[in-house]
Amino acid sequence: MCLAVPGKIITKEGDTGKVELGGVTREVGLQLVPESKPGDWVLLHAGFAIQVVDEKEAQATLDLLEEFFEAEMEDG
Amino acid sequence: MDKRYRPGDLGGFRDSARVRMLSERIHASYPGGTHKIMEVCGTHTMAIARYGLRGLLPEGLVLLSGPGCPVCVTPASVIDAAVRLSQTAGATILTFGDMLSVPGSDSSLEMMRSKGSDVRVLYSVYDMLRMAGEERGRQFVFISVGFETTTPGTAIAVIEARKRGFRNVSFLVANRLVIPAMDALMRSGEVRIEGFLCPGHVSVIIGSDAYRGVSMTHEVPCAVAGFEPVDILLAIDDLVQQIGGGRHEVSNLYSRAVRHEGNIEARHTTDTVFEARDAEWRGIGSIPLSGLALRSEYEEYDALKRFGMRLEQVEDPPGCRCGDVLKGLILPPECGLYGTRCTHEHPVGPCMVSSEGSCSAYFKYRGI
Repeated sequence: MCLAVPGKIITKEGDTGKVELGGVTREVGLQLVPESKPGDWVLLHAGFAIQVVDEKEAQATLDLLEEFFEAEMEDG
Repeated sequence: MDKRYRPGDLGGFRDSARVRMLSERIHASYPGGTHKIMEVCGTHTMAIARYGLRGLLPEGLVLLSGPGCPVCVTPASVIDAAVRLSQTAGATILTFGDMLSVPGSDSSLEMMRSKGSDVRVLYSVYDMLRMAGEERGRQFVFISVGFETTTPGTAIAVIEARKRGFRNVSFLVANRLVIPAMDALMRSGEVRIEGFLCPGHVSVIIGSDAYRGVSMTHEVPCAVAGFEPVDILLAIDDLVQQIGGGRHEVSNLYSRAVRHEGNIEARHTTDTVFEARDAEWRGIGSIPLSGLALRSEYEEYDALKRFGMRLEQVEDPPGCRCGDVLKGLILPPECGLYGTRCTHEHPVGPCMVSSEGSCSAYFKYRGI
């Protein structure tokens, strides 16, 4: 039940916004992410955006995996 | 494999080469013997089963499912109250889909619907506000379950209902909090949990710092995880390293979504409407300050008060060991009813009903 999926904010009007989610546009509540703006990727849960996805952190995680790969090559 | 993160693309977190590498890494650093870690969240339980992650882990590493499926931990007394409300003239019951077929002591909302009660499934509480505006003559009762992830949205619905002057909406509140349940499990000492795989989307709201108390008090490592296979294995790798090194820290392996402080705005919204109370967990019992209730300023939206009802204590179905599954004492196949009297077609306990229940996940993906 705590599933949340990423969607991209297309437009924002007051407390709500249109978010694109797998090719479909949905109206969602943006009250919980007041700092969000069009173009941001947000996590959607039960009709509300609950957080803005931090792209730098996403890249950092992939980079960490790269380091793991390299360490494995050295060991192996 | 794509090394650049493209916004919205989860492919990198499902990549099979990365999954394989992490599996090997976990095997290489595994300290041997038996170690039990618990995934607190039902969505993790589901993902672990669906992606067959157990098969990629060392034999002695046991993944226990915890009390993190909101539907599973909702006491039968709440279902019974919802069933009684559904028999009230002019009332419509609104609920998230998973709650429909959960059995109370002698009926479910699905059975009531087939007998003519007006029971509707919601995707979002916004739909409730729309219906309440369109059908002013009907009373709409929302069966409010969920953890920290879901509650802020429900709080917004309560606030909006007041703003719009709706007198035809109310809430049967059974929302629960994750940290007090983790703490209670550790305190009980019934099962030795050596690491927690912490729920990613609850953590979006409460923040990774929220686990520090549990981690320090009980000297147990905690790793916040996302829901893709790479996310989950990264967190398991972290826990295995911590167990091997005798450490007990809080790690955040889902930093693209989880900040250490969480979502302060969301917590403020929840706190405006709700306050913590002692609460009953199905199969587990009462846990101090683990549930939410409407604050007195909002009690006019309390469905029990509006309809003059109380929750009536009821026994769990005989033979059902859902509580022991939720506490990590047994795995689903160890329950005498699992797969025989209790199946997807004829669920006895809520752990088999909810798609995120551990019995349901085990049953659906058995043999994988």
